[in-house]
Amino acid sequence: MSDVSFVRTEMLPQQEPPGSSVGIVGWARANLFDGVTNSVLTILSLIFVYFVLEGLLSWTFQSVWNASSLTECREIMTATWGKTHGHACWAVINDRWLQLLYGFYPPYPAEAGVNFGENTGAWPAYFRPNLSFVLLLIAVAPVLFDKLPRKLLIVTAVYPFLMPWLMWGGSIWGPVMAAAGFGIGYLAFRLLTPVLGGLGGIIAAIALPVIWWLFLTGIVAAGLESVVSISIPEVESRKFGGFMLSILIGVVAIGCSLPIGIVLALGRQSDLMIVKTLCVGFIEFIRGVPLITLLFVASVLLNVFLPPGTQFDIILRVLIMVTLFASAYMAEVVRGGLAALPKGQYEGADSLGLNYWQAQRLIIMPQALKISIPGIVSTFIGVFKDTTLVSIIGLLDPLGLSNAIRADAAWNGIYWELFAFIAFLFFVFCFGMSRYSMYLERKLHKGH
Amino acid sequence: MTTLTDPPKASFRLSMLIYDTRYRSLTIQAVAMIGFMLFAAWLINNTMTNLETLGKTPQFGFLLEPAGYDINQRLLDYNSQDTHMRASLLGLLNTLLVAVMGCITATIIGVLVGVLRLSKNWIVAKIMTVYVEMFRNVPVLLWIVLAMAILIESLPAPRAFRGENPEATMNLFDTVAVTNRGIYVPEPLFSNSLGNIHLLGQSSLRFDVSVDLIAILIVFGLSIFGITKMNARAKRIQEATGDRPNTLWANLGLFFVPTGILLALLGFHLGYPELKGFNFKGGTHMRNSLIALWLALSLYTAAFIAEIVRGGILAVSHGQTEAAEALGMRPGRTMRLVILPQALRVIIPPMISNYLNLTKNSSLAIAVGYMDITGTLGGITMNQTGRELETVLMLMLCYLVISLSISMVMNWYNNRVKLVER
Repeated sequence: MSDVSFVRTEMLPQQEPPGSSVGIVGWARANLFDGVTNSVLTILSLIFVYFVLEGLLSWTFQSVWNASSLTECREIMTATWGKTHGHACWAVINDRWLQLLYGFYPPYPAEAGVNFGENTGAWPAYFRPNLSFVLLLIAVAPVLFDKLPRKLLIVTAVYPFLMPWLMWGGSIWGPVMAAAGFGIGYLAFRLLTPVLGGLGGIIAAIALPVIWWLFLTGIVAAGLESVVSISIPEVESRKFGGFMLSILIGVVAIGCSLPIGIVLALGRQSDLMIVKTLCVGFIEFIRGVPLITLLFVASVLLNVFLPPGTQFDIILRVLIMVTLFASAYMAEVVRGGLAALPKGQYEGADSLGLNYWQAQRLIIMPQALKISIPGIVSTFIGVFKDTTLVSIIGLLDPLGLSNAIRADAAWNGIYWELFAFIAFLFFVFCFGMSRYSMYLERKLHKGH
Repeated sequence: MTTLTDPPKASFRLSMLIYDTRYRSLTIQAVAMIGFMLFAAWLINNTMTNLETLGKTPQFGFLLEPAGYDINQRLLDYNSQDTHMRASLLGLLNTLLVAVMGCITATIIGVLVGVLRLSKNWIVAKIMTVYVEMFRNVPVLLWIVLAMAILIESLPAPRAFRGENPEATMNLFDTVAVTNRGIYVPEPLFSNSLGNIHLLGQSSLRFDVSVDLIAILIVFGLSIFGITKMNARAKRIQEATGDRPNTLWANLGLFFVPTGILLALLGFHLGYPELKGFNFKGGTHMRNSLIALWLALSLYTAAFIAEIVRGGILAVSHGQTEAAEALGMRPGRTMRLVILPQALRVIIPPMISNYLNLTKNSSLAIAVGYMDITGTLGGITMNQTGRELETVLMLMLCYLVISLSISMVMNWYNNRVKLVER
């Protein structure tokens, strides 16, 4: 009978993991050199990255910032590095960046006679577009982040009337009177409903503001202007350009298309056959044609469709067509949100005895819109990128301006720096927004 | 005994049109319809009045007038004396050409990038992420213009190919010339050609059909038919006896030999581009505008397709793979029979809508001067004839037909792969 010769009575101390499986080495082994194929891929990728970065970084950073023309740029390059290619000439951006941002929008002092002093920079000179942009951020913030104080929604409500005034200028009474139309509608609804009954109230709430806008706004605004004159210098639409124009078109299109899109989506979901057919027809038509054809309509046809003698400027026409374009896509996004709601929500609303509009307003829409915010943001990114198309019909968006700058003798033949700058700005905007939409998707995903 | 009385027959009152839910929907629809008709009538009336003032009553006669402009990249024969209708037709074909080419390359690049983005190799995955974000977040028009600028500015001019020690040489064993005027690739030629069939005479829609091509397609089709028949037979034998006859060599033979013999009979050879004078002659000339548009559209759309593919693969739950492995399936079969069919259900619909986007984006050809339908019908024809209404409507109609056909394919597919529940 053999006895057990050795039994361990105490635990061994834990061993360190082998050096090759921890830290950077371990990470590299697991993620970069895991097998032959992976190692080859890694090495090839590293070589690729090296060459790209080497070329790109030296092009970007060994560059000329101060020159007044491409020729001068090239002279400096030859003097410094002995060759003209492989180095960026950022001087063009240095020279024209205000134009790329604002187009030909007049700097404020030039026309108002207000002097902000020599070289006080772009901020005070372009304070109108800049202020509009900052206010835009404040106006959308409470919509995008629900932790912010709800009082900020006042800015959101005022913004649609404030922004056109800041951008186009003129008397403040026009936008104020336009806003007053909504007040009139509301008052009519409140005061006339007891007198005329529900339907009469609704009709009055629609008809009175329309009459107000069509016939009275101009007169009243002119009258008020002659009594109390509050106005800033007017700016013509054709001076708008650059990123300001892109952002303007994008924001207006999305802002206006959201309500239209919601109505179209509801129409598409409804049981009313004719309403549904009209909505489906509109949505599918707009989604079936490229934006450029709609822009052609804006540039050559829209005036033909309107009563003889109507003339309004190209930016407004483009805004209308881009809004119609965006609303078809928006309708599909909202429809997705509506379809994603469980049927129980609709039935719950019905069982509470809510009528159609009450159910939509209190139960369905708050949830459906919340689900569709990521989709709305990506529609916005798409529309924002598509604003570059207006350069084809001759508006001066960044791409259009890059052609205009190249047409100048001083900068004839410069391509990459302009493209890189434009691409960079678009990238920053769109990437930021797509990150926001991803953050939102994660946040909305938690609950259920 | 009780007597059932009929419910009181309410006589129809006008207010029921609004307050009775049975009639309310009718009222709303009637109002909507009337509103729409009034709006349409208003638009048409305005248009008619305006056009009459301008002296441009709508008519399509201009389509049969000579176009008077040239289309440099074309699939059918055309000269500037041809009609606007033929110019539009060529434009439409060019649109379809770049759309089909773009869809194919975008799919290949997109699937590759999408799969590589899921790679365990960190650096490869990161490079692909950078690619996707870079292309998705910058407008496609910028990519198109940039591609065009790169092609024009950075490629050698044809004269660089000349001389004893040329600065540039042709690629791929002297068969492909990449120049800043476009790319010249070899063209297929037949020395014993069977000729062409001219269809539709001298009309604007005339086109030639190469008999050689038809013959090749017929023979190749018959080969494929034969292969399927043979495989079906092999399967029958396998099911009956358990032994599958070896069909590999017969398959390969059927695939290559008949077509090869036909090609040899027709005297198939390649016509290579050659430098003559200041430019290349011979071969097929793909112009810069086409290449730039094709490249930019494929790379841009591929970024979106990559995300779709990645999402589709991630959407198949890991349990499916594990279940397949538990059944003893090998990885290839797991992929083919379990993962792909489920991933494709998620992937294909958004992929098709991206093809649609690519087709619509191809209208940006006008920015680089590629003569697609926007460039011909919506561009030069519109400017020359001044018929804005007619041309823009026709242009929209063309795109609408393309879009709706693609949507029809999508709906058909969606219905086919729809999950059938209970």
